[in-house]
Amino acid sequence: MREAISQGLREALEQDPRVFIMGEDVGAYGGAYAVTKGFLTRYGPKRVRDAPIAESVIVGSGVGAAMGGLHPVVEIMTINFSLLAMDQIVNHAAKIRYMSGGQVQVPLIIRTVTGGGAGLAATHSQSLEGWYASVPGLKVVFPTTPYDALGLLRTCFKEKNPIIYCEHALLYGVRGQVPDDYYDVPIGQAEVKRPGEHVSLIAYGRAVHIALQAAQELASKGVQAEVVDLRSLRPLDTEALVASVKRTHRAVVIEEAWETGGFGAYIAYLLHRQAFDDLDGPVVHLGGADVPMPYARNLERQAIPDAARVVATVRENFGL
Amino acid sequence: MLEITQEKLLWMYRTMTTIRQFEERALAEVSARRTFGGSHSSAGQEAGPTGICAHLSPQDYIASTHRGHGHCIAKGVDPKLMMAELFGRATGSNKGKGGSMHIADMSKGMLGANGVVAASVPLAVGAALKAKLRKEDAVAVAFFGDGGSNQGIIHESMNLASIWKLPVIFVCENNQYAESTPAEYSVSVRNVADRAAGYGMPGVIADGMDIFDVYDKAGAAVGRARSGQGPTLLECKTYRYYGHFAGDNPRSYRSEEEEKQWHAKDPIQQFRQRVLAEKVLPTGELDAVDAEVAALMDEAVRFADASPLPGPEGLYEDVYVNYPLEALRRGAGMGA
Repeated sequence: MREAISQGLREALEQDPRVFIMGEDVGAYGGAYAVTKGFLTRYGPKRVRDAPIAESVIVGSGVGAAMGGLHPVVEIMTINFSLLAMDQIVNHAAKIRYMSGGQVQVPLIIRTVTGGGAGLAATHSQSLEGWYASVPGLKVVFPTTPYDALGLLRTCFKEKNPIIYCEHALLYGVRGQVPDDYYDVPIGQAEVKRPGEHVSLIAYGRAVHIALQAAQELASKGVQAEVVDLRSLRPLDTEALVASVKRTHRAVVIEEAWETGGFGAYIAYLLHRQAFDDLDGPVVHLGGADVPMPYARNLERQAIPDAARVVATVRENFGL
Repeated sequence: MLEITQEKLLWMYRTMTTIRQFEERALAEVSARRTFGGSHSSAGQEAGPTGICAHLSPQDYIASTHRGHGHCIAKGVDPKLMMAELFGRATGSNKGKGGSMHIADMSKGMLGANGVVAASVPLAVGAALKAKLRKEDAVAVAFFGDGGSNQGIIHESMNLASIWKLPVIFVCENNQYAESTPAEYSVSVRNVADRAAGYGMPGVIADGMDIFDVYDKAGAAVGRARSGQGPTLLECKTYRYYGHFAGDNPRSYRSEEEEKQWHAKDPIQQFRQRVLAEKVLPTGELDAVDAEVAALMDEAVRFADASPLPGPEGLYEDVYVNYPLEALRRGAGMGA
């Protein structure tokens, strides 16, 4: 996964002179998660820019440079720190095009690491991507495989909108095939990662891998679960979700984010609204525990949905 | 003796007069309830934007504040389009999507007025970064107020511009009050410019009621930025004649006597006295400008008033460059 993201960035730096990278420790250190390792030597300090710890101006100056015609990639080390840049992301990156009457484009990629499970406690373990997905003017993508990571990133560089590109801290080691020949993955297209006929497990981010694990366990009990990976939270591929539910008639929406006001709740609402007659029962929303993420390993595990919980949820709610 | 061409002097006078008359017209239109929302008058502060923008070319950038009419006019935005924007019309600079606090004109390098205090400053830093990366001969001016000077983003922006030696001029228009809170109370140092030392850049104070002082000091700052020596913090000491916004009564936090002292230093009157004393422009020519600008304001109001409202299709336009429209409509519960 790490290599796929790195490849996408390298391609862009090599092919497009408007692209540059800016963020904390992205240069000499190679990025907090080692995605930009070696970039500084290869592309030089003009295009790989180590910034002070100052999230707001990192994003804000990225917006200004994008308005001027460049295509910056800014790295916000974790989505928790994006809170320090919230004004620049939500009030400016997302709105300047609209508020100026379409005079300007903001082709800005904000790469950020999201999610918990690494024992870093509450201020380093949040899943705030759903917040950003609620903001008109932003697009939000969240790859879960190396194939999608590279394919989506290639599309991000063709975009002229501000995009939040989410990476999950625990998915950098995920392995998978990436073709040598060029391909890309459109933004706004979900993918069925595993077909099934009895229940749809709709997820994004690391929850997709949890759903896949759960589907395997369910299969051993004769239940065929379909796993749908959103890949993009905004725009959301509602059609693909509805189509899956029409096949399976049951759905669980799984995410790491808090259940209260969660993005998954909105998906559940959409499914009730658009596929009510096809449902055998209410859509179930399975999110993270409504608590600040605890540090202790056992408590942290308890706070994040896992495969066993997904299996239990399917069995309890649908009698499968 | 003034060493400024007659043409530039006339431009200065016309610009300051246009700002003043625009602000007074805008307030009148608020009272007449033909415009709405926030309208923050910069009357009294004309020398700052004018003296600074006198050094800028179309390829240079400025980023502005909620009190942005003066910056827009000084950077060459058409007052007709601005007035139409205040009226919320389709012909407005922003197609009626932004209003007074967000007037932008990219064709003039005007990155936008901005409704969040100090939030446009990093945009100017980014524009300057672009200019530097592309080796363009452009500078960026970031306007903010004494209130804005206390925002964290100012610290981040000045530090970054300084370490990267970006062609930015940070302009603090210190009009003495952040809404109702005196700068004397809220700013930790006597002059905002004193803070420049903390960022390794020159901090310069200009008399913001005297365009010639602003012009001289801004010239040095712009020259420094253009020649690759990095940013400057320029503080213009000035005063806003009216309240924070159209409905605000400033007498609840400042005295009549104080207002009188500042009015005595009126930037437009000072300009007239100086050029007349030095006999570089005749009274007749200045009076002619006053009349021309008044006619332009009448025309701007007529244009705005006669312009159509944005069509309903405008609601979903320009949220993105590309996006599935149906998905946006669904967001409002209209398509589900």
